[in-house]
Amino acid sequence: MRHSARIQVGPVQFRIGSDWRQPIAALETLYAGYPRDDARPADATVRLFAARPWRRWLRPSVHIGGDFVVPDALPLPLSMGLLAAEMGMNLQVALGWRRHLLLHASAVARDGRAVIMSGESGSGKSTLAALLGEGDWRLMGDEFTLVEPASGDALAFPRAVSLKNEAIAEMAARVDAARLGPLLAGTPKGDIRHLIPRADAIAAMHVPARPALILFPRFGGEAAIEPMGEGEAFVRLTEASTNYIALGEAGFAALTRLVRETPAFGITYPDSAAGMALVERLWAEAAR
Amino acid sequence: MPDRAYRAAPADALRIETLGELTAIFDRRSMQTHLVIAPMPEILAAMGGDACGADAIAARLAGEFDLDGEGDVVAIVADRLAELAAMGLVAEA
Repeated sequence: MRHSARIQVGPVQFRIGSDWRQPIAALETLYAGYPRDDARPADATVRLFAARPWRRWLRPSVHIGGDFVVPDALPLPLSMGLLAAEMGMNLQVALGWRRHLLLHASAVARDGRAVIMSGESGSGKSTLAALLGEGDWRLMGDEFTLVEPASGDALAFPRAVSLKNEAIAEMAARVDAARLGPLLAGTPKGDIRHLIPRADAIAAMHVPARPALILFPRFGGEAAIEPMGEGEAFVRLTEASTNYIALGEAGFAALTRLVRETPAFGITYPDSAAGMALVERLWAEAAR
Repeated sequence: MPDRAYRAAPADALRIETLGELTAIFDRRSMQTHLVIAPMPEILAAMGGDACGADAIAARLAGEFDLDGEGDVVAIVADRLAELAAMGLVAEA
């Protein structure tokens, strides 16, 4: 690979190689404030490569590769190289990580205790976490939360937040423009713009937090809270985990413990302000 | 139909965790997770080390639980045993 970068997000050390300079430069800008340890071996490798050598110059299109490859992953145009890098990083972690139970969930923490929010794309879990992370909360991650099997603690994966569509303007109105990446318009996932987490969230990325609440947000509809039983939370989180099966009994033990020790709720909310208010309300009740 | 006999899994094969109304069972042999509801966990608990049939298990359950009004308990237990066998959690003796 002609260009490469090392990036550390939470416990994961990435090595990213690219045939082009642009995606690496964009990553280096987004991750400039993250702790670095280039001597550490990489846990995951992402490669952004041209399909054929001449394609690097002629209508460049980025293929995503790495330790794990999804055969039908579409090549993206070079203008979306940063998105390709992000997708590659997600893929390597989702398919390759074995040290922790990996949940497709956002998380925020306060006083050493975490709120884990799991939901499908469009549930608003990312936006809620990003917004809370601008207030009294530490953003632990907008996409993945890791659970340490031995301790039951949640570990952060505070990658650059991937803001989508309406969330872009909502966040841009609140944060310094220097914390926003370039606008990637019209990607297969809509418009995307990355947000660099607050410096305190990045500095604390190795600090674990005790799970205190598990929320399953759903955007749209009147504000509502629905308590969820341990069994349903378990089923939903097995579906939200990318490596539950691969972890075997360690994953089973970690997840049964998590749902037993942590109250779970489904929340429905019509807008971000209502969603944040529901999180605060449940937090206040859980803290009692 | 004669009462079919089943044998419980070896003692260390299953890890059983109650999660509210559901019970999660991890089978160390297949690495599979099974989610079951009553009376599956109760049937597994009532099976001893020996091969036994639905009538014997129904009798043990009747000793532990109030099964009045539960219908034909032996037939219910026989059906559940067949399902547990299909999941690999018990074996035909």
